Amino acid sequence: MKLIYTLIPLAPLLAAIVTGFFGRRIGRANAHRVTIAGVAFSLLLSVYVFFHVVVGGAPTFNETLYTWLVSGNIRFEIGFMVDNLTVMMLLVVNFVSLMVHIYTIGYMHDDDGYQRFFAYISLFTFSMLMLVMSNNFLQLFFGWEAVGTVSYLLIGYYYQRESAIFANMKAFLVNRVGDFGFVLGIAGIVMYTNSLAYTDAFAAAPDLVGQTINIVGSAEWEVMTVLCILLFIGAMGKSAQAPLHVWLPDSMEGPTPISALIHAATMVTAGIFMVARMSPLFELSETALSFILVIGAFTAFFMGLIGMVQNDIKRVVAYSTLSQLGYMTVALGVSAYSAAMFHLMTHAFFKALLFLAAGSVIIALHHEQDIRKMGGLRKIMPITYWTSLIGTLALIGFPAFSGFYSKDIIIEAVHASTIPGAHIAYWAVLSGVFVTAFYSFRLFFLVFHGKTRMDKHTAEHAHESPKVVTIPLILLAIPSLLIGALTVSAVVYGDYFRGAIFVTAEHDVLGRLGEDYHGALQFISHAFHAPAVYIAAAGVLTAFVFYILAPSIPAFLDARLGFLRRILDNKYGFDDFNQAIFARGSVSLGRQLWEKGDMMVIDGALVNGSANSVGLLAGLARTIQSGMLFHYAFAMILGLLVMLTWFLFV
Amino acid sequence: MSFPILSLTIWLPILAGCLIIALGDRPARKLAGAASVLTLLVSLPLYFGFDSATAVMQYRESAAWLPGFDINYELGIDGIAMPLIILTTLINVIVVISAWEVIKDRPAIYLGAFSIMTGLMVGVFSAMDAILFYIFFEATLIPMFLIIGIWGGPQRVYATVKFFLYTFLGSVFMLIALIYLYRQGGTFSILGMHDLPLDKDQQFWIFLAFLAAFAVKIPMWPVHTWLPDAHVEAPTAGSAVLAAIMLKMGGYGFLRFSLPVTPDASGQMDSFMIAISLVAVVYIGFVALAQRDMKKLIAYSSISHMGFVTLGIFIAFRLIAKGDESGVALGLEGAMVQMISHGFISAAMFLCVGVMYDRVHSREIADYGGVINTMPIFAAFMVFFALANAGLPGTSGFVGEFMVILASFKTNFWIAFLAASTLILGAAYTLWMIKRVIMGPVGNDKVAALTDIDSREFWMLAILAIFVLLIGVWPDVIAGVMHASVENLVQHISTSKY
Repeated sequence: MKLIYTLIPLAPLLAAIVTGFFGRRIGRANAHRVTIAGVAFSLLLSVYVFFHVVVGGAPTFNETLYTWLVSGNIRFEIGFMVDNLTVMMLLVVNFVSLMVHIYTIGYMHDDDGYQRFFAYISLFTFSMLMLVMSNNFLQLFFGWEAVGTVSYLLIGYYYQRESAIFANMKAFLVNRVGDFGFVLGIAGIVMYTNSLAYTDAFAAAPDLVGQTINIVGSAEWEVMTVLCILLFIGAMGKSAQAPLHVWLPDSMEGPTPISALIHAATMVTAGIFMVARMSPLFELSETALSFILVIGAFTAFFMGLIGMVQNDIKRVVAYSTLSQLGYMTVALGVSAYSAAMFHLMTHAFFKALLFLAAGSVIIALHHEQDIRKMGGLRKIMPITYWTSLIGTLALIGFPAFSGFYSKDIIIEAVHASTIPGAHIAYWAVLSGVFVTAFYSFRLFFLVFHGKTRMDKHTAEHAHESPKVVTIPLILLAIPSLLIGALTVSAVVYGDYFRGAIFVTAEHDVLGRLGEDYHGALQFISHAFHAPAVYIAAAGVLTAFVFYILAPSIPAFLDARLGFLRRILDNKYGFDDFNQAIFARGSVSLGRQLWEKGDMMVIDGALVNGSANSVGLLAGLARTIQSGMLFHYAFAMILGLLVMLTWFLFV
Repeated sequence: MSFPILSLTIWLPILAGCLIIALGDRPARKLAGAASVLTLLVSLPLYFGFDSATAVMQYRESAAWLPGFDINYELGIDGIAMPLIILTTLINVIVVISAWEVIKDRPAIYLGAFSIMTGLMVGVFSAMDAILFYIFFEATLIPMFLIIGIWGGPQRVYATVKFFLYTFLGSVFMLIALIYLYRQGGTFSILGMHDLPLDKDQQFWIFLAFLAAFAVKIPMWPVHTWLPDAHVEAPTAGSAVLAAIMLKMGGYGFLRFSLPVTPDASGQMDSFMIAISLVAVVYIGFVALAQRDMKKLIAYSSISHMGFVTLGIFIAFRLIAKGDESGVALGLEGAMVQMISHGFISAAMFLCVGVMYDRVHSREIADYGGVINTMPIFAAFMVFFALANAGLPGTSGFVGEFMVILASFKTNFWIAFLAASTLILGAAYTLWMIKRVIMGPVGNDKVAALTDIDSREFWMLAILAIFVLLIGVWPDVIAGVMHASVENLVQHISTSKY
């Protein structure tokens, strides 16, 4: 099995190397053949692993591949841990990645950087697989930063665009802020458990409960709380939780396939995965869980609100992603890790679908992304239309669609939780349902229904996308529709995650909910006794009224409630604040330190000052000397040589 | 006495350098190329034949030199010195490649000077006699002085004088300390000095004298201002060697002299040392952000990275006090890995700037923009090295920083906090430069006229990239040889000398 596990990440890596270094030589067609073969191979192996581990019930695999470094008595290793949690991620990552690879053939058809793009997405797949398969914090951090780097390269893929190269630098730096916390968290784990291996850390963690660390003044903080919050700061960067969310909307500068793969389905969920993987640690600190809950609730609700006023098709979906990541984070906060992972999985399918469908629209309209200039595409693009509908219904939690199960469970779990903050979070996620339904169908109606608002030329040339684009859409629509109903019993209420995810008895909300659970069908009828479904319906209805029945209403509201809109348009001012305080502030601080500190004080007063005083004295001595400097210098070397040889050999 | 590999690695490039200068410009390049490759080959057995299980000095050579003063020609290496020697001989090859077509003015003296300097630097890392060390240490200044002074930029005179006086002044104090130690112990043997008992006051003053030499060399804040000036004025290869190797003589000095000779004073001064190391990391990180000249930016980045070296070294005493010897080793080895890694990355960064400078004749960030459009292969290299400079895992830049951050967390949360800020600052100044220089639409006519790197430049950068990746993916190749020596050093410094 070790060989198989090694091959899973290695296949895409090899494909990336071949395409990256020899792209021009092997040509465009071979570039996508090689990379698709790599990912497909990896997916096949993952399916095999699924049968071996999940169906066959093989015990958790946990072995070292090689020793990276040994220092002190700490071993830094590269190794794999494969359990049911890993298998889920393997399937999701490889499946979505394969779909995106195929889709890219169509989407990037006319792009000059075709091979480069395929190399990047395969490299990304490798990094993501290393991240999810890791059995230790070192490799986790490796994958963590590697996916961030590929994301950096891909957001800046159109490197001539000023907005793209600003966005990718911003994404990297904001992620680095998260990693800053993450690295400190890892350092803390090493300090307290003296190991980087998950199993060692998990085993040692219960003994740390009650221990305190002194950080500010005389206040003693719980060690576990500090460590978990530090680790979670990493997740906030990667999974774009407020206030570190600012990079994700801008990341839409990258080509659409990577928005689907990296900025919706996989990379941004790494933080969610990480916390679920670390459940034995997070369970030990209720404070950290509360913190996670509040951050998640804030993100889920307030980022959704911004999505209501966006006019760029990709940005609407991006804010929706932020909001959905908030839902997952909320689930983590109430210890419903399985529910978070379940939503991660369903979201990966339907959000990748929505992004790819958006991309299909964008190419059909010659890179038009403004939804105000779309409309009436239902007839022209039937496959894109129907698949989008499935994705949208899944996103808003329409009964029986995959998102329905995952989102409803999260709402129920928050409702049932007693952790501090759960009360507010419940209202946030419940109101979020309305917001989600509204912006999703606003987008849907504006793009596919109503009269067309395109210019004539575009309208005439608009057409359904080619098969390489539509087939991935269809293949993603299937799980968006079904995966929830098929797996909910096992994943959330069953023992799929037994041994992989740890929940203490008093936090076990899903266990309590499970007592009322009697199968996927009954779950639907049960949902009609809860508010979420009706709230979603209200959201859809509102969107219908606003954008189909009476399109004058939004403009009317704009005129009356312009200040609210401006707040949302400014995204609550996060960007302006960061730009003014952190970006410009750092540069001007640097300039001050350089000009005042280095040049004026150190060089001006101390160095040159003493040099000048010496200079005065030296004026006297200087009269004795004359001649070329480098003569003297070589004389010195020669003198040395003679001296050395003389005393050595004579 | 077995085959004198160390002597050969020292004297082969020195004699070759003299020969290159003597024979003039015509055969200079080929001769220098052959000499550099030969030196590298000669030095390789030091790595492959190295016994990493022992802390005892290996490849020892000994001959009486000035017996009256007990000054001997004594050579030997341990796991601390050996990687630096390999780094030196390797960078020397890169330097010759980089100068191959670029230097038109008196290439013989230029290449000869580099060759001689290589031998002298190997001498620094292998000398086991304090006077021999001092001579090599000082002698390296001379070729570098010439390289900057003759082939440097318009402000070269100011830069060379500053460079020379600064570093020379520092090392004079070291000489006084060495002579004092000789008067105390009757020997110039470095190992002898390690075992010499010294009381509190003696250690304090000796520590300060060493500090003057090594803090300037590495350089630490606030005695760092000579470095940006020297780098800016130095020709490309000069900058590369200065950053890659000469700075490391400071870090090596701390490990070879300050810590083992004055362990108690080092321990008493550790708060001060940690503080100025952190100033280097944070303050200099901000200063780098404000730079408009690429070479200055990389120079400041070097100072910031060297802050990690001194930090890794001086947190040792805090950890010893806590009884965490594993953490001490982690910090010290992190510092050493950081030195090696920085050798490759900073050399590569300076060579990248050199590649552009050779074409555009400007180092100003504002004079570039969109280089990727005309030099895609070069851009790939530069982005790679920039990410390495920002400490990306999988490259060597990550390893040392990570180890030092782990070790400093064991010391104190806030030390680790400030050190880890480099994750953000380092990425900020490096990637912002990349954004302004490499990315974007073609900035001006000069950029539009650029031609991509030729095969000479390609291999020069590719070799460095391979090492950056190798150490990043498998740091044990260099850290593995250090363990025994570091353990020995930890033993040594955890025992009081009085």
